[in-house]
Order: sequence, then C-alpha cells, then structure tokens
Amino acid sequence: MIKKLMSCVGKYKIYAILSPVFIIGEVLMEILIPLVMAQIIDVGIQGDGGLSYVIKMGALMIAMAVLSLTFGALSSRMAAVASVGFARNLRQKLFYKVQDFSFANVDRFSTASLITRLTTDVTNTQNAFQMIIRVTVRAPIMFLGALILSISINAELAAVFLVAIPLIVVALYFISTRAYPRFRAMLSKYDGLNSMVQENLIAIRAVKAFVREDYETEKFEASADGLRRAQVHAEKLLILSSPLMQFVMYGCIVAVLWLGGNMVIGGTFEIGQLSSFITYITQILMSLMMVAMIFVMLVMSRASAARIVEVLDEEIDIKDSELSVKDVADGSIEFRDVSFSYQKDSDTAALEHINLSIRSGETVGIIGGTGSAKTTLVQLIPRLYDVTAGELRVGGRNVKDYHLDTLRNQVAMVLQKNVLFSGSVRENLQWGNAQATDEEILEACKNAQAYDFVMALPGGLDFDLGQGGVNVSGGQKQRLCIARALLKKPKIIILDDSTSAVDTATDSKIRAAFREKLRDTTTIIIAQRVTSISDADKIVVLDDGKINAIGTHEQLLATNEIYREVYHSQQKGVEDDAGTK
Amino acid sequence: MPGPNRMKGVAKPRNAGKTLGRIFRYMSHYKAQLLLVVLAVIVSAGANVAGTYQLKPLIDDYIGPLVGQQNPDLSGLLGQLALMAGIYVVGAVCTFVYQRVMLSVSTKTLYQIRMDLFSKMETLPIRFFDTNTHGELMSRYTNDTDTIREMLSQSFSQFISSTVTVISVFVMMLVLSWQLTLIVIAMMVVMLLVVRVIGSRSGMFFKKQQKAIGEVNGYIEEMIEGQKVVKVFCHEDACKEDFDELNDTLCHAATQANTFANILMPIMSNLSHVLYAITAMVGGALGVMGTLQLGSIVAFLQYTRSFSQPITQVSQLFNMVLNALAGAERIFDMIDEQPEGDDGYVTLVNARVEPDGSITECSERTGVWAWKHPHKDGTLTYTRLGGEVEFDDVVFGYEPEKIVLNGITLRAEPGQKVAFVGSTGAGKTTITNLINRFYDVPDGKIRYDGINITKIKKADLRRSLAMVLQDTHLFTGTVRDNIRYGKLDATDEEIEAAAKLANADSFIRHLPHGYDTMLTSDGANLSQGQRQLLAIARAAVANPPVLILDEATSSIDTRTEALIEKGMDQLMHGRTVFVIAHRLSTVRNSDAIMVLEHGQIIERGNHDQLIAQHGRYYQLYTGMFELS
Repeated sequence: MIKKLMSCVGKYKIYAILSPVFIIGEVLMEILIPLVMAQIIDVGIQGDGGLSYVIKMGALMIAMAVLSLTFGALSSRMAAVASVGFARNLRQKLFYKVQDFSFANVDRFSTASLITRLTTDVTNTQNAFQMIIRVTVRAPIMFLGALILSISINAELAAVFLVAIPLIVVALYFISTRAYPRFRAMLSKYDGLNSMVQENLIAIRAVKAFVREDYETEKFEASADGLRRAQVHAEKLLILSSPLMQFVMYGCIVAVLWLGGNMVIGGTFEIGQLSSFITYITQILMSLMMVAMIFVMLVMSRASAARIVEVLDEEIDIKDSELSVKDVADGSIEFRDVSFSYQKDSDTAALEHINLSIRSGETVGIIGGTGSAKTTLVQLIPRLYDVTAGELRVGGRNVKDYHLDTLRNQVAMVLQKNVLFSGSVRENLQWGNAQATDEEILEACKNAQAYDFVMALPGGLDFDLGQGGVNVSGGQKQRLCIARALLKKPKIIILDDSTSAVDTATDSKIRAAFREKLRDTTTIIIAQRVTSISDADKIVVLDDGKINAIGTHEQLLATNEIYREVYHSQQKGVEDDAGTK
Repeated sequence: MPGPNRMKGVAKPRNAGKTLGRIFRYMSHYKAQLLLVVLAVIVSAGANVAGTYQLKPLIDDYIGPLVGQQNPDLSGLLGQLALMAGIYVVGAVCTFVYQRVMLSVSTKTLYQIRMDLFSKMETLPIRFFDTNTHGELMSRYTNDTDTIREMLSQSFSQFISSTVTVISVFVMMLVLSWQLTLIVIAMMVVMLLVVRVIGSRSGMFFKKQQKAIGEVNGYIEEMIEGQKVVKVFCHEDACKEDFDELNDTLCHAATQANTFANILMPIMSNLSHVLYAITAMVGGALGVMGTLQLGSIVAFLQYTRSFSQPITQVSQLFNMVLNALAGAERIFDMIDEQPEGDDGYVTLVNARVEPDGSITECSERTGVWAWKHPHKDGTLTYTRLGGEVEFDDVVFGYEPEKIVLNGITLRAEPGQKVAFVGSTGAGKTTITNLINRFYDVPDGKIRYDGINITKIKKADLRRSLAMVLQDTHLFTGTVRDNIRYGKLDATDEEIEAAAKLANADSFIRHLPHGYDTMLTSDGANLSQGQRQLLAIARAAVANPPVLILDEATSSIDTRTEALIEKGMDQLMHGRTVFVIAHRLSTVRNSDAIMVLEHGQIIERGNHDQLIAQHGRYYQLYTGMFELS
C-alpha cells in the first residue's frame, strides 16, 4: 500500500528528500542552542566570562537562530511543495484511473464513494504525508541527539532510559494498536451519520409527505449517539498518552535527581551537568511523544489511504486487445450465443443465449418489459460490458479485437440516463466531434429535431446548459443527446429509450430523418412505445433476458403474445378515439 | 473527524462574541464538569511550573551543601523529592482528569448541536431546501461541526493552560526586572506582527486554495457522475486535460498556502532564541552596571524560554477558534431558520359512526377517521374524513413576482380521479405541492372536506394524503422497511399485500434476500421502474383517503403498467386521486382531466369530452404536441 502511494511522489521526490535534510540542520541547531544558552549562564553570567563573553555567545546564538530559521523555512517550503505535489499526482492518478474504469468498475464503487475517495480521502492522505516528512526525521534525530548528549554527560545515569523508553514504547504501541479498530469504527459511524443526512436532504419531500420528521429525528438520534459513544470509546484511549508521558517524564526526573544527586554528593558528578541532563530527558521523551503522534495520525489516515489504494488497485476489466484493430468494416452486428451476468460469480444471468444477427444499415427495434435486459443487451455492443459467454461480432470481427476508442467512436450510444455537462450547447455537442463546425452541428440538430428550439434559445449554440443540463426540458435534453451522438458520424447508433419525453410526432420526424440521412447507419432503437419501432426492419421482443421473438411489426402482431399485449395496452385509446383524425 | 488541523483561511465570524456565548450556552448543562476542567487545567499547568520551580532550590539547597560530606543526611533530599513527585503526580492526574472530562463534555455538546441541527432541518419548509444546495447543507454536518469539535477538544483547554502559563510567567518576569520585561514586550510585539503578517498572507492563499479545491472537486463530481457518457464518447483524454489544468492551479495555490502555514513555527521558535540572546546581553550589561542581580538574570532567562511557546500556541489557536466560530455561525444560522409554520388546529382522530349517524371520537383504530374541529365558542364538531378537495381561485408563485398558478378552481369529490396534463412548467406538480402544504397559498383557498387546509394541522393533513413522487426516494434499509415507511406499525402481511397490489411482490422475491434485501442509499441497486413500484407499495400501505400520483408510472413500461393497472385500480378505488402523467393512457379513465398551460386550466372534462372538443388535449393525445 505504502509503495503504491509513494510512487505518486514522482518528480517531487527531491523535495520530499530535501525537506528532511534541512530539518536535520534545524534539529541540530535546536539541540546545540541549549548548550550555548547553558554556556551564557554558566560561564558568562555566573562564571567569570563577563559581559564580553555574553555578547560573543549571544551573537553566536543569534547567528545559530538565523541559520536554524533558514533551515526551518527551507524545509517548510520543501515539505509544502512535496506534499501538495504528492496530492496533485495522487488526485491525477486516481482521476486517470477512474477515466479508464469500465461501467462494471464504476458500478462496483458507486459514484458517491468515488467522489469521496478523490476529494476527502486525498486531502487526509496529503496531510498525513506532510506530517510524515516533517516529523519522522525530526523526532528520531532529536531523540538520538539528546540521547548521545545525555550518555556523554553520564552514561550510568542514562541507564534510566533503559527503563523509561521501553515502558513508553510498549504503552504507546498498546494504545495505538488498540485505538486503530476503535477509530475505524468511529469513522464508519461518521460515514453512516453523513449518509443519513444526505438521504434526508434528497428525500425531504418523501419525509414530509409521510410526516416522518420525528421518525427520522429518532433515527438520527440513534446514529448521532452511536457516533458520540464511538468517539469517546476511541479517544479515551488516546488521551491516556499525555498523562502517561507526564508520569514517565516526571518519574525520570525524580529518579535522575535522586541517583544523580547521590552521585553529586559522592563527588562523581557536577551540578551543572545534572541540570543539562534533565533538559535532555525532556527532549528525548518529547521526541517519543512526537513519534506516537505520527503513529496515531497514520492510524487515522490509514483508512483513507486504504480506500485510495482500493481504487488504484481495481482491475480494469475491459482492456484494449493486442490486435487493436483500428477500423470497423461495417455496421453489422452478430450475437452468437451470448450470455451475460453483472456479477461474475453469480448464477443469475441477465442475458441468456442470445442469438441475433443484424445487417449493416438495418433498423432494429427492441421492446420488452421492465427488467427484461434491453439496456444490458445494447451495452454489450460498444463493449461497455464484456460478454460472459458466447461471442459478439461487429463489422465481422469480435468486439474484443478492436481498439476500444475505434469501436466506441463507430458505435454511438444515446444512454437512457443521459447527461449533459455544464457549458454551452456547442461545447456539449462537440463532445461528439471536437472539430465539428457550426454547420455540421446545426445539421445534426436538424436531424435530431433540435434545430428549432436551439435557435430559439437565447444565444443559440452559445446558450449555457448549466450543470447536468438543467436549463432545458427533458425532451429537449434527449434531442440534444441524439444530436451529440449523430455528430460522431458512427456506423452504428443505439437509442436507448432516448425519445421517451419527446412527443410522438417529433419522434416520428426523428426516425424519418434517420431513415433518409443515415441510410447506411445501423440503428438500434429501444422503446417503450410501439409506434417508435413499428416501422423497423426487425423487432426483437425481449423477455426476462431471453429473446422471445424476432420479426416485423405485422409478423409479431400476428404471432407474438407479448408484443400484442404491449401494442394493445398502448393503442386501444388511440384507435378508438383518434381514429377519426 | 479527528485528524490534522486543516489550516484554512481565516474565515471571519460576523459576531464572534455572540457565537462563542452560544456555544458556551450549549456547554452550560455541564457547568460542574467545566468548572472541574478549568480547575484541573490550572492545577496541571501550575504543577508543571511549580515542579520546574522546585528544581533550583532542590539542587542548590539539598544537593549542593551535602557535596563532599562523609555521611550525608539524605532525608532532606528525599523529603524534597517526595514533595516534587507529589506535585508531579497531581499534575499528571489533573491532565488526565481534564482531558477525560473535556472529552465527555465536548462529545455531548457536539451531539446536542448535531441533534438540534438535524431536528431543526426536519422542520424547515420545502422552500428552504429549494434555495440551498445539498452540498452547502451537508457541509454544516461535516466541515462546520468538525471545526467546532477541534475547538472544543483541543483549543479550549490549551487556551486556558497557555493563558495561565503566559500570565504567571509574565508576572514573575515583571517582579524580577521591569527593564528586561520591556525588551520581552518589544519582542512580543514583533512576534505578534510576524504572526499577523504571515497569518494574513496565508489566509489569502488559503482562500485561493479553497476556491481552487472547490473547482477541482466540482469537476470531479460532474465528470464522475457523467462517467458513462464520458466513456461512450471516448472523451477520457479531453477530461484528463481539463482536469490537469484545474489540478495544477490547485497545486500552485495550495503550495503557497501550506508554505506560509508551515513556516510560522520555525520563525516563532527562532525569534524566541533571538529574544533569549538579546535578553542575555542586556541582562549581562545590567549586571555589570550592578542594577540586576546575577540570580535574577538566570531566573529571567529561564522564564523567557517558557514564554514564547505558549504565545505561538495561542496565536495559532486563535485562527482555529475564528474558523470554528465561523462554522458555528453557519450552524446556528440554520438552527435559527424559521421552521415550517403551522397554526392548524383541526386534527385527525379515530372515530366511530354511531347508529344515529353522528360521529364520535375514540382512541382505538377503527378505520374511520374524522376531522376534529374545535370552534371559538368551545364546541367541537367532527367531520368524517372523506377526501373531497376543492381549489377556489388559487394563485401561487414560488417567487412573489413570478406567478406559476393563476386562478385555479376545481373540485374533486371523494373517490374521484382527477388528472392533470400539460407541458413541463405548466404547474402540475405545483398543484399537488399546494394540497399537502409544501407551499402555502397567498391567494385563494384550498378546502379539504370543506375545511380550509390552513386550519388543519400539517402533520394530520399530510397523514391523510399519500404521494408517489416523480423522483422516488428510498431509504437505506431493507425493502420491507422501505414499504413500511408508509405505515410504521404495518404487519409483514400488510406489507406483502401492498407489494402484491403494486405488482412489486414478484421482483422483490427475486432479490437476493427477498423482502429483507438491504437497499443502499436511495435504492441505487434497483431499476427506476422497480423503485417506482416500491414507492407505489409504500403509498398503498399508508392507506389514505387521498392519493397523489406524480408521474408515478413514468419509468414503468406500458406492459407492466397494464399488469399493475388492476392493482392500481384497486388502490385508487374509493379514494380521491390526483394523477399527473405524460403518458396519456394513464389518465384516460379519469373522472376529470385538467389541461394546464401557463398556470391556468385551459380545458377540463373527461376523456371523451376533451377528445370531442378537438382542442389541446386532442392534440396532445394524438401526438401532435410535445409534453415534456
């Protein structure tokens, strides 16, 4: 995990290394300055050094302070550059990775969790990283420096540390390892609380309509109380560390005073040395405390880091083949005994034994009930998912042979749950073809029956759609999405229930335009309305993941029970009443 | 959440004092504990100072004189050490006590703030949720409570202990030498200026950083939500480019911001070294001149060492506190929001119809409901809940200057099915939002069983209506829990019956754990159509006299719709139903169809009448006019 994350340091490695180097300089000064301070007092003021000595040492001390400041500032700067750069690379790597995700990968994580991982978790990891490069070097150096100096003063007395240090290390280890699962538990309670709030924000109308405010508040109370308990449970362990440190530190001081005092009385030790020794006790234990703090921080950010690595480690299940064929011969499609299930190890197949062959340029309608796997079927064509069994061929080749971009550029798909992005109409349509001229864009709009309303928008193609395309109606959005797909000039176009909000007249105009202008393009239409597909070359009736029947409108009407049912559920009114028109 | 103190730009609270006072009011339930905390902090800080103070006399008086003695009497030293150990133990115990008590107080306070925030949020009118984005409201629960948490758990006690240290040290300094104290004060001013300059520079960069991070996160959100479209259009590389640009901007701003934040500590600690050196030099000079005793200089120098650290700490805490207060202010703003007003006094009660036809109230569930209407003269009348809804010249706009509904008058008899059709923005959903008083009507009246709905208690009004909304919202929990949402005390049999009615039973049984399948947040693992079926089941189990179906079947294919038609008919039987649908096969058999345009009813009648009229409905029906 660490290795994976460290690879993100990249070109900021030099800063990540330099920062601790400067910190070593800073810490050395920090260890040496107290020596100078002691000299000022012992020799300058209390001894016979006199004022000139004080001024000399004072100047030295100021010089050391300036040096230390320089080191400190440099290391701060380096640490900032390194940690921010690390976060930048990490975020970039994650974003790139997610861009490479297949639909199945995205499904596994859910968009909300991906967003948290790219935002909050990255920030947490960045902070931990900065802490590490700033403190992990400082603490051991300080520890070692102080330890060496104290041993050089009196090795016998330094034996106190043989008791104190293991005691502290064991205690801190015990505390941190015990705390980790408690903090994890707390974080997951925290997640739960947040998702409850979010849920309530989204569903506030349902809450109010069912008068469930009190019920929700009770639920929240349980959740908030659980969080409170978890927090106390976790932190009450952590707060043991500082009184514990105090106990050990003060214990050491008292012990050193007693033992050292006896040595002084016995004449084997100097009073001044005893004072310095006590100063170093503080430094040694403080540096241990710092290590403990990093340890705790790491424990807490470990959860975030793990979530990030999960994304980075996710295996992309759709990859470019070695063949990488860059050319799709034509718009023919062939399903050869294709089966598919969303979960690999699941035995509930979404599609079973699909055999279907579509000639280039044909128009095919697909119809079937909710959950009959219509969308699943067409998503296999541009390889948004890979078939579980069987073979799917486009343009006479297995889809897995194609370069992914080639395949997807030739197979345009208008998704059921379609999205427009913030930006102008033009920018959105250019997703289909970045080089498209206004003429081409308007041509696509005409074919998608979007031309009239686009021209009526204030600013026309420059009209800002707002995030998610909130500034246009559902039917308009759908037609823009169709225009966007048309701009790709694909060999195959798939409309997945893409005209559900468009009125029947416009719907038929779109189909007419398709017939006229896109004669060589294979068109697959998933629709709920029979009228949308009744003039297709062939209609596929799907039922529970299996092909129930294939035929033309007339054939199916004569022979297929499901098709007839659907047709009648929609047509009876129109025939009775509107037949007069 | 606990973690590094995220250094942020200092957001200035509008009224720091008032907000601080309010936080303290939350903590005032724990007066005794807080007093204990303050005492323990003072004792702990004092013990630390006192223990250190003992060091000098211990060495000078109990070790020094014994040096060289053959049989030294160590009892004095032992006694002194015991005293010192005693002081230290008290100090450490106090540290533990205040931290433990503070942990309990701060978590309880936070809990209370969260509870107040949430329970207040639940009472706020829909309008509030229309005007605030989810992200904004969420950050009250995340960022803003986090900063308060940090303040309570760290700043509060540190602030006291630092202040105690600074004040006591300062007093000791003054006692020792006013001349040297002047130097310290001068240096302090320099230090504070440095903190200020760096603080404001860093604040500026932090603001930039926050803006940049907002942009990056916004982009991430939009692109991940539209990920599937990105894939379909092979737009990954273009996205990466745009992202890199934003990410680099963030990187630049964040580097500056972090540099300034990091640099503060070395600057302060080294300035304190400079202070030490200067003090030593001046003190030495004063000593030579004889105005200052050597012992005092030494002591004074010791104090300067323990002076600057708490000062730095307080200045950093100060930023943290300001941030926390700004967060607290946003939280309190929301807690202070005006809740949904409700001055209704007509309530819904269980009732029994006596043999003579009169209605009396009773406590048990009878299946018969009545409106209990207290009058000014103290009398009570009961009106049986029927489901008659009447609009009388209703005018409404979400914003006062933008009228959405204009002069709507209609009447639905109990058991009638009324449909609204019309294009997006014509005001169909608005009408249903007025019936259940998500919004209040400024002009005109809406009556329910002849009672003006503003007189009915909102909760009771809503209990008498069930809605199946355009966007179906499911909650984390099992399928069973989600259906039970309509009626909390529904039995498993009732739930399954409702699911069967909505034709949801069969797909539920196909789920991995049937009715006990956990749904993730907002039911992401179900198809849109399945979610709608669950929402219908939820309404069915609620069993109210009035039903509002707002595009309830739009994601269900017509064949399934035909299958659930029987169930729906059963569900609608005997109830007043308002239906909004763009699929006209859904509204055909309504008793009355209202065609809305620009907030007005332009045609009304039943299907046959409207078709015969050859007006807008006819156009819609024959597909000559676009709905959405």
